[in-house]
Amino acid sequence: MSYSEKVIDHYEHPRNVGSFQKADDGVGTGLVGAPACGDVMKLQIKVSAEGIIEDAKFKTFGCGSAIASSSLVTEWVKGKTLDEAAKIKNTEIAQHLALPPVKIHCSVLAEDAIKAAIADYKKKNGHEDAAQ
Amino acid sequence: MTAMQGTKSNGLTQPIYLDYQATTPCDPRVVEAMLPYFTERFGNPHSRNHYYGWEAEEAVEKAREEIAAIIGADAKEIVFTSGAIESNNLALKGVAHFYREKKNHIITVVTEHKCVLDSCRHLEQEGFQVTYLPVLKNGLIRLEELEAAITEQTVLVSVMAVNNEIGVIQPLAEIGAICRKHGVFFHTDGAQAVGKIPLDVNAMNIDLMSISGHKIYGPKGIGALYVRRRPRVRLQALIHGGGQERGMRSGTLATPLCVGFGEACRIAREEMGTESARLLALRDRLMKGVSARLPEVYLNGDPDLRIPGNLNISFAFVEGEGLMMGVKDIAVSSGSACTSASLEPSYVLRALGLDAEMAHTSLRIGIGRFTTEKDIDYAINHIAEAVSRLRELSPLWEMHLEGIDIKSIVWADH
Repeated sequence: MSYSEKVIDHYEHPRNVGSFQKADDGVGTGLVGAPACGDVMKLQIKVSAEGIIEDAKFKTFGCGSAIASSSLVTEWVKGKTLDEAAKIKNTEIAQHLALPPVKIHCSVLAEDAIKAAIADYKKKNGHEDAAQ
Repeated sequence: MTAMQGTKSNGLTQPIYLDYQATTPCDPRVVEAMLPYFTERFGNPHSRNHYYGWEAEEAVEKAREEIAAIIGADAKEIVFTSGAIESNNLALKGVAHFYREKKNHIITVVTEHKCVLDSCRHLEQEGFQVTYLPVLKNGLIRLEELEAAITEQTVLVSVMAVNNEIGVIQPLAEIGAICRKHGVFFHTDGAQAVGKIPLDVNAMNIDLMSISGHKIYGPKGIGALYVRRRPRVRLQALIHGGGQERGMRSGTLATPLCVGFGEACRIAREEMGTESARLLALRDRLMKGVSARLPEVYLNGDPDLRIPGNLNISFAFVEGEGLMMGVKDIAVSSGSACTSASLEPSYVLRALGLDAEMAHTSLRIGIGRFTTEKDIDYAINHIAEAVSRLRELSPLWEMHLEGIDIKSIVWADH
């Protein structure tokens, strides 16, 4: 299988690799996927007092498309409000990276990772709608 | 031969080929032997009434002798086929169908090649009973388990000689002895074994053996099935027509392919001893080199009872397909789900009792006739760099360094 140029670019030059202190109040962490399925993504967001995502970091265990999907969303969420970031759809990720049908689940996982990170942040900071 | 090698990083144009269990290049000596049979010696080997036919027939029969010689058989016991997949189909279905009035049970192994497993599934649909033996952690079957599975109804035991993914060698002589003792035919898929390890159908009591041309530096599109004559094994043909190959496989023989296959067997037989020692040294160099550079590296399959040219290694915390993308200067394959059409990781690795996550982190590295020490050293460095980089990217590696047991986490399936 051949990869799109964008996937290769993100795979070879992943953006925002790393970790924040999980315990920090301003940090939300999403850990999705399962090693047995061959994909695990950890996406972290650092949220300002104004509710803006000012930084994001990721680490991913998975194929090139999974790495690219998570790398891409760290770029996309920066500067967004939590509500705006929560609106990122897997179809936009898949389309941007030109993922083939068998790799759509990578983009789904990246969307899940954003949602999980936002939910974690909200839970830590006592937001009412944290349950979702 | 240099055309087989080279990488972009080496200033050459192709990745280094390290996938010799998938296929092998034709040896130039094989191609040379084949060439005249495409052009001036083009006769139909089944034409009995003129020179062109005789010339082709003589070449085909000489090739048949070479193929027989490498497994200690008689030339009359060799049936040409299109490849090992056809040979496996013919052995399993052919024997099952011929003896179906008397017996209806077959024994095979869970780690067999798909074509054996799929043929068995097909026979199950026709009403045959099939026992799928499990394997131990090292990939080998338990002989007691095999013997216990044999019943009055058992017609055939099919156990591969060498596994295509993990390269382990099954105890063929012991299996053969058990089968002979119980009056059961013994078929072995020898696609990955012939030319790599010494084989003797009589010493090992093998009744049927599948052989592939392109796994031993011969051409693609040809293989053979060894069918024992004494005591005689009968089988029902899959392909009917001209009655060639003593009625077991009709169709005009492809003379150039037969000749190339024969020449490949001759070279493999003559060079096996020195070549095995050379490959073993390269394999050890690769395993030691990678292990010295990287922690958490695990060899899959028995470390000793395996062919010299195979390594199957799990690089924990790095997903196989992601790794393949990172080692693009070498051509290898992965047991990870993503590289195959299915989403399941390798059923062979799973059968060893490997966790799915470890099965996802494996690479199969095949070393062969045109692999050099320089290639191996390049591969060690290339793999070590890619794995190290991807571990920096891996949340599982991070957890491992923090002392978190990944198995203690409840992962959501997706």
